[in-house]
Amino acid sequence: MAGKIKKIAGPAVIVEDLEGAKMNDIVRVGKEQLVGEIIRLDGNQCFVQVYEDTNGLCVGEEVISTNLPLAVELGPGMLNGVFDGIQRPLDKIREASGDFIARGVNVKSLSRTQKWAFTPTSKVGDRVEGGSSIGHVPEFSFTHKILVPPNISGVIKSIKPAGDYTVDEVMAVLEDGTELRMYHNWAVRRPRPVSRKLDPNLPFLTGMRILDVLCPLTAGGTAAIPGPFGAGKTVTQQSVAKYGNADVVVYVGCGERGNEMTDVLVEFPELEDPKTGKPLMERTLLLANTSNMPVAAREASLYCGITLAEYFRDQGYAVSMMADSTSRWAEALREIASRLQEMPAEEGYPPYLSSRLSAFYERAGRVTTLAGETGSVSVIGAVSPAGGDFSEPVTQATLRITGAFWALDASLSRARHFPAINWAQSYSLFNRILEPWYRENIAKDYPEKRTALINLLQKEAALQEVVQLVGPDALADNERLSLEVGRIVREDFLQQNGYDKVDASCSMQKAYGMMNMMLELYKAGDAMLSKGGAITDFLGDAATIEKVGRARFVPEDEFPAYQAEYMKMLETAFRAKA
Amino acid sequence: MSLLSKEYTAVDYVSGPLLFLKSAADLPYGAIVDITDGVKRVRGGQVIEVSDDYTVLQVFEETSGLDLAKTTVSLVEDVARLGVSKEMIGRRFNGIGKPIDGLPPVVADKRLPINGSAINPVSREKPEEFIQTGISSIDVNISLIRGQKLPIFSASGLPHNDLALQIARQAKVLGEGEGFAVVFAAMGITQREASQFVSGFEQTGALARSVLFLNQADDPTVERLLTPRMALTAAEYLAFEHGYHVLVILTDLTNYCEALREIGGAREEIPGRRGYPGYMYTDLASLYERAGVIHGKPGSVTQIPILSMPGDDITHPIPDLTGYITEGQIYVARNLDSAGIYPPINVQPSLSRLMNNGIGKGKTRVDHKEVADQLFASYARGMDLRRLVAITGEDALTDNDKKYLRFADGFEKTFINQGQANRSIEDSLNIAWALLSEFPKSELKRIRKEYIETNYGTQKLSELVTA
Repeated sequence: MAGKIKKIAGPAVIVEDLEGAKMNDIVRVGKEQLVGEIIRLDGNQCFVQVYEDTNGLCVGEEVISTNLPLAVELGPGMLNGVFDGIQRPLDKIREASGDFIARGVNVKSLSRTQKWAFTPTSKVGDRVEGGSSIGHVPEFSFTHKILVPPNISGVIKSIKPAGDYTVDEVMAVLEDGTELRMYHNWAVRRPRPVSRKLDPNLPFLTGMRILDVLCPLTAGGTAAIPGPFGAGKTVTQQSVAKYGNADVVVYVGCGERGNEMTDVLVEFPELEDPKTGKPLMERTLLLANTSNMPVAAREASLYCGITLAEYFRDQGYAVSMMADSTSRWAEALREIASRLQEMPAEEGYPPYLSSRLSAFYERAGRVTTLAGETGSVSVIGAVSPAGGDFSEPVTQATLRITGAFWALDASLSRARHFPAINWAQSYSLFNRILEPWYRENIAKDYPEKRTALINLLQKEAALQEVVQLVGPDALADNERLSLEVGRIVREDFLQQNGYDKVDASCSMQKAYGMMNMMLELYKAGDAMLSKGGAITDFLGDAATIEKVGRARFVPEDEFPAYQAEYMKMLETAFRAKA
Repeated sequence: MSLLSKEYTAVDYVSGPLLFLKSAADLPYGAIVDITDGVKRVRGGQVIEVSDDYTVLQVFEETSGLDLAKTTVSLVEDVARLGVSKEMIGRRFNGIGKPIDGLPPVVADKRLPINGSAINPVSREKPEEFIQTGISSIDVNISLIRGQKLPIFSASGLPHNDLALQIARQAKVLGEGEGFAVVFAAMGITQREASQFVSGFEQTGALARSVLFLNQADDPTVERLLTPRMALTAAEYLAFEHGYHVLVILTDLTNYCEALREIGGAREEIPGRRGYPGYMYTDLASLYERAGVIHGKPGSVTQIPILSMPGDDITHPIPDLTGYITEGQIYVARNLDSAGIYPPINVQPSLSRLMNNGIGKGKTRVDHKEVADQLFASYARGMDLRRLVAITGEDALTDNDKKYLRFADGFEKTFINQGQANRSIEDSLNIAWALLSEFPKSELKRIRKEYIETNYGTQKLSELVTA
């Protein structure tokens, strides 16, 4: 039986006498059928958070329960898509309601008319388990596996032959009569089951030297990017989305700018996926809940996003999920909690902020799927700390959970140092676990070289403080050398020009090569000084220094030759003067 | 409508700007009502919470004089609306859309809900057309793009009102035959400021292309929350139904946020940072996000919200949350103002995130971006040296360094300090070249050679700037 609205306060609505109401079920509110979710039950009353604007709603209007929790449709047709916070395709909403988003629009997440070329991989009599695939369809250049829902298993009684089908058609029937379609629903607040979680011992490469070398992320790891406004959070995330080594990218714009989403929408289809040469958009799906879209849907968008990511992981793919920004998500949580008059904890956030955040981040990971394949979901969450103050609750709660911390720094971005990531403040807990991989795949001495580079940067930072006080002339020559090479590392290794075709992304091999070039320069300079040379000799050899500086603009395939040439140059460098 | 005549009389409780009404559960959430007291004085109000026990109304004026026995409430409209028409251009309204210029009300073409709806992200067009404000530092270094929201971060005692007026007067889109309109909304401004704006708009002729909404400091606080929404509704109507390029100037957002806090307090909400409500981000976003360009529609809505930072503190919640939503900021600096420079815009902490989309060949001038980068870099170096000189004295500098020091002075005194002059982007770039030509060519590292060859030394400052 339908319930009746008893009270309305912003996005929070209290409904009376809704029969069969269950926690987190989706309801349709009022004449306009607004989408809402039950978030508290109390006697014959239930509290509903409405995902749409509640203006004009009246007490006494009917509320109907769908008896289903907030779920997403998982199947072909999601890639290249742009959805709102609860997986409604925005282009379909536009067809239905025009350029401005109207309320109560009822559209299906997946197209019911598009046909997909199905190829079965199972046959009659096969036993299928939850999470295994019965076939696949091509979606752009991507093989989309048709999965058996995780909670279903049985023996196939009948299966459709290869051919074109819509997602609604029954593709296979199990002996117990269960019908399998190309898509299935999954409740977003429930993590999709896996067979086993694996150690995160493979790197997730982003193509950004400062991240890959100084504070790496693993496949299935979690990273936080906090930074004040204007420090380049979004640019960094977009760059990782473009060049990170993932098969599928789920980008959740959670309470961010509308024009920024447009930027992604315009830019991604034009960008080439470095791996396939196809538009980047074909392996991307976007969830856009801009800051003026309903606040409750913002809270849901993060869960929708991670569920979609898990679905692709279950097909055995490496997925990266960008959440921009988790602070907006936390604020949505706070806003709804305060409408429900819950007792606030720190800065008005509800006391369960940290447990909700960790439950979300824990859904990341590298796993063995139910079907026995390996897949991963890496989560990169942007945090927008109020006033740029990292001690606020969302940043602190995030720091306790995530494995890598990429601290953006407004003073770096003001100095036009990009990516504006503060190398001293940032860290990664994954360095040790990745060490064997580095030794095996990059170079035996990689970890040592990396340490040497960090030591150099630290030394430079300490010397900089001295210079601020007394000027560079007061330093000894070998200290000046550290200062100079440190500057080169900062400007030509840590900085990366996202707009330069070559420099925008850098492989680990090249990064290692560049590290070597700089460390060798340091060594050669040091040797020259110990032989009685002066720092002016070092500075005078502009050709060598320029050669290091230009290394980042050298294409990957030409780089080994370039490096060799440079090493040769170094043998005779400074010598004429020494 | 039968609802129109129905009167609610069971007023139960009045506190601050809030009025609690019993047995009025059929009032829609967000509805606009009339509240009539014992002496037939009518005040406006809005439903902010409704349940079958009681309905909470927010009264648009002070509540003194209201009593529980004689006050009656009647429904006016299911949601707050504004009657819009093209005739609004050239008119002056108060904070809730009533004419205050002595002329009759406009004949509404439509009555639109003032809360608006979110622009569907897939319908948005990438903003990439330049708006010329006639102010060198903004046009060259912090370019304003159609569809952008670019706030001015100011502080009390600084001439942001003059700047707002100057922009309203001078702003235009490059290109022929494009309709341009200014929608100006003032929230909580004093009588002095109001008359400054009114006479400013009238004397300069800017009024002929403007719509003014003025909510004064002694107007009801609650109206302040409606004023920007009224203005943006008018702007959206002009932009997306009549194809105007509309520049919306909102001042002063700090007063708006104070009003938000005041109402939140009256509603006994749990406060967030510094007592401002926890939903302030969402609320501000519902204003700022109403800027943009839409696919296939000729017009655009561009916003310049102005806010004064309490205590010059950029980390205060108001500038902080604003900065997270808007696409950059124009920073008005106290030290430049005290040095007598107008407009006192400090380009260093200023930023326009959309700038690179809308400048360069075919939009402004080919060398625009590189000139802007060079100005920024040279000025930054000059500023660093200025700090050094304060400690060591000028003698410690090399000749080259002294050039930077002189450049920083010249940049402030001629490029930034333009007074009320209206400079075209062409003139602004030429002035920049005149200043940059004081450096040897080799110092202009951010500009490619061909642009240096064509522009270096071709401009004379004395011809471009009238002293």
